Amino acid sequence: MTAPPPDDCLAHNDWICGGYLTTRRQILLDAVAQHIQLTVLSVALGLAIAVPLALLARRWRWMLGPVLGITTVIYTVPSLAMFSLLLPVYGLSATLVVVGLALYSLTLLVRNLLAGLDGVPAETKEAARGMGYGPMRQLLAVELPLALPAAMAGLRIATVSAVALTTVGAIVGYGGLGNLIYAGMNSFFKAQVLTASVLCVLLAVVFDLLLLGVERLLTPWRRAGRTARPRARKAGGAGGRRPLTASGRRG
Amino acid sequence: MNTLSPVWSWLTTAANWSGENGVWHRLAQHLFLTFTCLALSALIALPVALTLGHLGRGGALAVNLANIGRAVPTFAVLVLLLLTPLGRHGQWPTVIALVLFAIPPLLTNAYVGMREVDQDVVRAARGMGMTGTQLVWRVEVPLAFPLILTGVRIAAVQLVATATLAALVGGGGLGRIITAGFHLASTPQVVAGAVIVAVFALLMEAAFELGQRWCAPPWARRRIR
Repeated sequence: MTAPPPDDCLAHNDWICGGYLTTRRQILLDAVAQHIQLTVLSVALGLAIAVPLALLARRWRWMLGPVLGITTVIYTVPSLAMFSLLLPVYGLSATLVVVGLALYSLTLLVRNLLAGLDGVPAETKEAARGMGYGPMRQLLAVELPLALPAAMAGLRIATVSAVALTTVGAIVGYGGLGNLIYAGMNSFFKAQVLTASVLCVLLAVVFDLLLLGVERLLTPWRRAGRTARPRARKAGGAGGRRPLTASGRRG
Repeated sequence: MNTLSPVWSWLTTAANWSGENGVWHRLAQHLFLTFTCLALSALIALPVALTLGHLGRGGALAVNLANIGRAVPTFAVLVLLLLTPLGRHGQWPTVIALVLFAIPPLLTNAYVGMREVDQDVVRAARGMGMTGTQLVWRVEVPLAFPLILTGVRIAAVQLVATATLAALVGGGGLGRIITAGFHLASTPQVVAGAVIVAVFALLMEAAFELGQRWCAPPWARRRIR
């Protein structure tokens, strides 16, 4: 046994280690890819369920209570319990993680979609009807675009929390970067834990910025006039700002 | 219902409820952890939020803190703290992570509550000659009370969920039943543990919901979501 060279941070088990990045590059890339895949799939699945739910709840008002109630109850269940409850159904699979995370995103998405749709001014809807828009065209061309900022606010929170929560999927072996954190914990591999954690946060920030960009692309009318009247927009309303008191999913 | 009967038999076995690894002991740990951390984080967050809200400054801080907090995975922080020298001291990593994550909802809600107090009312109170302290305790805090309580509820429910995760890093609490089930490769125990945790979290939420209705000032009762 020879002593490791003094600059060998892997042997020293340092928190920050360039050597780790170069030697485990493929492992890190694979974990990031899995993380992105799980997050995107779960949020997409959540969205695919939330949009019809929100539209149904808006069409038939009696569904509003049950829809909001059930999604809120689901939201309360801790993630470790949620993944475990789905275990008999999906086994130790990536589907388990995707379904669990999709269930969590429902509350945020449904609530924000409904808030956005409710925030569409009655005059706007009347104007659309007066111009001869049918219910479907009114929904697609007027109401949904106007509800977009509020819905996107929900989507951003849901996505950012999904990135953070994917790590818990490590318990069933499908946690993306969470797998590295879990393995690093068991072997006291500090560089691996720190690198994976930092990558996780970076991933959340990147997703958030991407969605912000998408939101700006999809709502060109909100940018128009901003240069002309920089302070014209008044506070309040169902604007694209994130709801200050909404809390993301944690734990 | 082949999957449910072993779960039911796990739940009805008395041996699983008693002793060091039993449900009752884990439940007590979970409750203790949740409320200790709730008290600690409220002690830190509420004075700051009330001061900032009263002065009308630091709103960006409150909001940014909440936004950044959302992006940080709890599990990662738990493991990071475990690997620091703190990790050798029992529950400390768990307590610190729990308190850290409970602060943002408490801070933001209390701050927003203080800021949403009708400014005319504040001016009227000032006009009547109230000092800053009187204004805070007699006008702003009572009016902000519903939102402050909402923050406490969100923090408490989040603490229950996070305390479950603590089991992944060797902490106590109900999550331990689930992780033990995984280590034993016993699906019935995992599911039974999950049922207990889920029921506990839902009961906690319901208890806070009721408590919130019960202790809110009468004029504010309808404003609570």
